[in-house]
Amino acid sequence: MSTAVLNPVGLLPRHGLLQRYKRELSVLAAYLALLLLLVVRAPRFYSSNEFKSILVNNASVLVLAVGMSLVILCRQIDISVGSQLSICGIVAGLAAKHGLPMPVAAMVCLFAGAMMGALNGVLIAFVNLPSIVVTLATMVILRESLRWGRSGEFVQGLPKGFQWFGFSQDAGQWVVVGLAVGVFAVFAWAMRNLSAGRTVYATGSDQEAARLAGIRPRLVTFVVFTIMGALAGLAALLNVVRFPSVDPKSGEGVEMQVIASVVVGGIAISGGRGSLIGTLVGVMLLGTTRPALPFLGSEAYWDKALQGLIILLAVASDALYARKKGRM
Amino acid sequence: MSTLLKLTGIVKSFGGVQALKGVSFELKAGEVHAIVGENGAGKSTLIKTITGAHQPDSGVMEIDGQAVHHPTPSQAKALGVAVIYQQPALFGDLTVAENISLGLERGGAWRKINWNTRHKRARELLGRVGANISPETFVRELTMPQQQLVEIARSLGTNARILILDEPTASLSDREVDHLFNVIRDLKKHGVGMIYISHRLEELPQIADRVTVLRDGTYVTTRPMVEIDRAEMIRLMVGRELSAIYPKINLPLGEVVLETRHLSCSESGVSDVTLAIRAGEILGLAGLVGAGRTELARVLFGLTPADGGEILLRGKSAVISQPADAVSLGIAYVPEDRRRHGVILEMPVSANTTLAILRNIASVSWLHFKKEKQIAESFVERFGIKTPSIAVPVGNLSGGNQQKVSLARWLATEPKVIILDEPTQGVDVGAKAEIHKLMGELAAKGLAILMISSELPEVLGMSDRIAVMHGGRVLKTLDRTEATQEKVLELALGHTAAEVAA
Repeated sequence: MSTAVLNPVGLLPRHGLLQRYKRELSVLAAYLALLLLLVVRAPRFYSSNEFKSILVNNASVLVLAVGMSLVILCRQIDISVGSQLSICGIVAGLAAKHGLPMPVAAMVCLFAGAMMGALNGVLIAFVNLPSIVVTLATMVILRESLRWGRSGEFVQGLPKGFQWFGFSQDAGQWVVVGLAVGVFAVFAWAMRNLSAGRTVYATGSDQEAARLAGIRPRLVTFVVFTIMGALAGLAALLNVVRFPSVDPKSGEGVEMQVIASVVVGGIAISGGRGSLIGTLVGVMLLGTTRPALPFLGSEAYWDKALQGLIILLAVASDALYARKKGRM
Repeated sequence: MSTLLKLTGIVKSFGGVQALKGVSFELKAGEVHAIVGENGAGKSTLIKTITGAHQPDSGVMEIDGQAVHHPTPSQAKALGVAVIYQQPALFGDLTVAENISLGLERGGAWRKINWNTRHKRARELLGRVGANISPETFVRELTMPQQQLVEIARSLGTNARILILDEPTASLSDREVDHLFNVIRDLKKHGVGMIYISHRLEELPQIADRVTVLRDGTYVTTRPMVEIDRAEMIRLMVGRELSAIYPKINLPLGEVVLETRHLSCSESGVSDVTLAIRAGEILGLAGLVGAGRTELARVLFGLTPADGGEILLRGKSAVISQPADAVSLGIAYVPEDRRRHGVILEMPVSANTTLAILRNIASVSWLHFKKEKQIAESFVERFGIKTPSIAVPVGNLSGGNQQKVSLARWLATEPKVIILDEPTQGVDVGAKAEIHKLMGELAAKGLAILMISSELPEVLGMSDRIAVMHGGRVLKTLDRTEATQEKVLELALGHTAAEVAA
């Protein structure tokens, strides 16, 4: 009965690739449907530079979503990533302004992110506080200390090598997208092919079972939050180099978009289940809806409502699937 | 005396296992009726049938001569059944009066609470059990025995006439026991019938009027307390031949692999445990539930690290402060309750099998899928794990096969010592025999096995030596040849070696 329910037509092989990535594939199908709709209803979408700017604008979201995938797979959450992003952006800007060469400024930015992530990690993994509370606190603390430190002031007068890493706009855009995709590829590979990746899944599935298997769940959790921080640093860099000056509020509200992308991509909020491939599709789906809406003749402000609907659909389908599975 | 409760021919199965095979029982008003039996004799199932938590498959239950069909917990409660569990089930953050009034007061969620009546009634009920506790105290501030009295007071408030006391004296001091017994005697005078479950056989003559013995889910006998002594009770509780054939092979034992000297852990109550296990040996760890066997295993595996004594591996002192230490020293632990933590249900058979041989997160070692497949497939074949493929989540397999996957995970680490905590609990007879056979083979290969089991025949059938635990200590280690069910049970009940010999 089980296979009949899960595999109504009998087309999918029982344990092959299609079966394993069924959830990801259904999101991909939804995304392709959206792209197809655009082809039919608004071919202009493709002729304008819209698609490229979607990629560039979502590069930092993708990098954050990679980190968030790890965090959620570990059965945790990090809502302080927006604040981390703002701070790292400012750090990168100030470092470059003070004459540090761009690669060094980038390292400083990543380091700053890793430190903030490590702070979260220590409090969650070793002090054993719930991640939602810890990161809610650090979100507010980081945001308010930035407001206090910068009083909303942009970092201006950046050196030439800052915007687009000193490349031309066109080349710079591809560098930004390339870096994001590269980071994604490395993590997607590592989560599947390194034992470290599997310990994240094990910790998120059942922390006690993981501990009994000789894994150190606290260490895993700590490292995951630190990686999240470092990736927030990188994402900040990819975010701020698009502009001639650095906005101290560049990261506000981004955490919700990131978490939504991860959830839509099929990573279970209860941890231990899902893949980074899904995250990629989730980021693309949610990243495309907003710019696509005007082309489809709707007002752009419906964007949030539509995103909410997509999230609900994704979560509801997971719940239905789980119930079906529970019944067999 | 009138009959309050009468059970006739109660049968109850879980899955394929018959927990109660036609048990009969009778309770009269003003009587204390003790039920005794080993772990798994069916005491808890019987209690749960009376309270309506389980529905019997067949058999008749009568309360006050009226047949009760398919009782529900609320129905049983309305008919005057109340249970006092070993661990009081009260709300710690509510006051005594609030706890007592829960379920007693009529009216919906919007009724107005009359605090005066509530406190007055609580005081009166507490007075009846001789408890000098203010109704306004928070329950979490009370000691265990005080909480127990609050529970009894609460059950009196519901006009309970059938009171079930499940191991009420397990954690009480002698003086507290005396006080409890006085309360019980007083309740008897008021016509309350009590079912009394206890492993402390020696206290039964003080309090019980009759005793019923259960064994392996069957009713053995009911006798007046004055006509039976402790030795007779134990004989009746055990009373079976070792009929099952255990594939125990007598092997020449190797050197001592794991040794503990005065090992203690105050957090989990393990104290002064001195043991030694040799290569090729199966050391059985017997004892009643709560005797500290699993706790000892958790100390050895670093889950609750020891704070006293010594652990030696092959003669060398070892520090085990976390499971990862134990794993790297060659200790494996297949935990009890595999559904919760023995395997990761969402992960496929292959990943579960190799989970314990992953290095920790600090290493970025590659996963070799080919090798993983090889390992998993070889175990599937060797252990006869029934699974459509190694890519299937372990959650889809049967209990016995999950247990084998859990075992495979640990054998993949090539351990020197393996601790098996209730290795055959909840698996069917066929899988059980296979697991026993496997244990014999592992011992033959020189593995030292520490087996925790609540099943006496299994312990006696599989072990080379048997260490019997009680109250966190090892009371005595018996040799295979000298161990009998009676001796092990006597020790498990906490009688010292001298008493046993006498």
